[in-house]
Amino acid sequence: MLRRRFLTLAAAGLLATGLTAPLHAEENFIVVQSTTSTQNSGLFEFMLPKFKEKTGIEVRVVAVGTGQAIKNAANGDGDVLFVHAKPAEEKFVADGDGVERFDVMYNDFVIVGPPSDPAGVAGSANVVDALKKIAEAEAPFASRGDDSGTHKAELALWKAADIDVEAASGGWYRETGSGMGATLNTGTGMGAYVMTDRATWISFGNKGEYKIAVEGDEKMFNQYGIILVNKEKHPNVKADLGQQFVDWVISDEGQQVIADYKIDGQQLFFANAKPGS
Amino acid sequence: MQTFASVLGDAVALILSGDADLMEIIALSLRVTITAVIAACLIGLPLGAVVGAFRFPGRTLATVLLNSLMGLPPVVVGLVVYLALSASGPLGPLGLLYTPTAMVIAQTILVTPIVAALTRQVIEDLDREYSEQFRSLGVGPLTRIGALLWDARYSLLTVALAGFGRAVAEVGAVIIVGGNINHVTRVMTTTIALETSKGNLELALALGVVLLVIAVLVNAAVMGLRASAARAAYA
Repeated sequence: MLRRRFLTLAAAGLLATGLTAPLHAEENFIVVQSTTSTQNSGLFEFMLPKFKEKTGIEVRVVAVGTGQAIKNAANGDGDVLFVHAKPAEEKFVADGDGVERFDVMYNDFVIVGPPSDPAGVAGSANVVDALKKIAEAEAPFASRGDDSGTHKAELALWKAADIDVEAASGGWYRETGSGMGATLNTGTGMGAYVMTDRATWISFGNKGEYKIAVEGDEKMFNQYGIILVNKEKHPNVKADLGQQFVDWVISDEGQQVIADYKIDGQQLFFANAKPGS
Repeated sequence: MQTFASVLGDAVALILSGDADLMEIIALSLRVTITAVIAACLIGLPLGAVVGAFRFPGRTLATVLLNSLMGLPPVVVGLVVYLALSASGPLGPLGLLYTPTAMVIAQTILVTPIVAALTRQVIEDLDREYSEQFRSLGVGPLTRIGALLWDARYSLLTVALAGFGRAVAEVGAVIIVGGNINHVTRVMTTTIALETSKGNLELALALGVVLLVIAVLVNAAVMGLRASAARAAYA
């Protein structure tokens, strides 16, 4: 008797899941593959309700590293790609996975460090110089090491400074292999310098004694782009809804929303979509 | 550094606040996990019972395999399920990626070996006790499995709870196949991971305490059911 009741319950439970599934399968949504920096900074939570109010389209964000976001989108698991690694984005379009890339906004990278400033770089506005000093002092530096947009940008700067970080990996150069927030948690814990995008840093809740050491170098410019995934290559893509989102983000209205987003009075992202492009 | 007392206070405040977002996240956590555990029991209980009660060639191998699969790394399961459900994967047309159903599938794969392996041990021990009786009564294999599972039901409840514990605390698989999408696939563990990555360690820890409280409540409820069922049986 009891056994039968259990089986009935079990079947009912499975059925219930099956029945509620269509609730989430409503068609009026798109999946955006994006990065942790846009999510963790709270930009999407600010932006997406405004888009939904206007169009009724629900935007579901999968926030991972830029490298993984691009791979997921190249598998067709997303309708729009919203990341920050221009060369990789251009390759995505060239490979036929994306339709067209648009500039959306930028912020910049900063290097944060402990108050003791072991490499003596605090206040510097020359990132290549600062990196050289950090390497010379063999001061601990925590890197994302995860093929994300920030990681790619960081590696390019080390290359510009002509420093072989691979050789130092495991020594003063420490690759955490994780997201921006996790790397900041690790880096601040071990007294290491960390390169982060400014938006994540401003909204980060575990700063401790850490301060921005290096900022203001043009080389640390961090450009975000948006791309509609190509329906011709990935037939499941909701091209119409995705296009509406892309159009809105680069429209005057969308750009104004991005510019309006502030934490503690600080603007996090600077909209720079080219009008009419 | 925040004290644990203040974190506990935060956790209590979080629960009492009845925050709609938090309630939604807790509900989804329970829905996904309980569905996965039920599915895992429907597969794992008979499977474990068959391996535990019958002698057949390859039985030792099956046992070793089941026991080893208990240690399946969640991230690997997540990746395999992602590749299967991805738009460019074999099951892509089903459109299940980034849905709660995908999370249920991943957790079912994780929990089934635990249920099956522990069931096998329970049933094998019980079968040793019963085997003479079974032989003398000449019962068929189906009746035998049924009787063993029924008589071991209280031990098997603990088996199911072990599966629940694994599933409810798991983050590696569900964050890959669910995508941690707000209001769609965000559960307790992925929220904790997200808040940790935002540097909101206190909130993350408070959420961890909430998760623990939920686990305690579920376990207490099951044990309560078990006690009242046992009383009814002896009354």
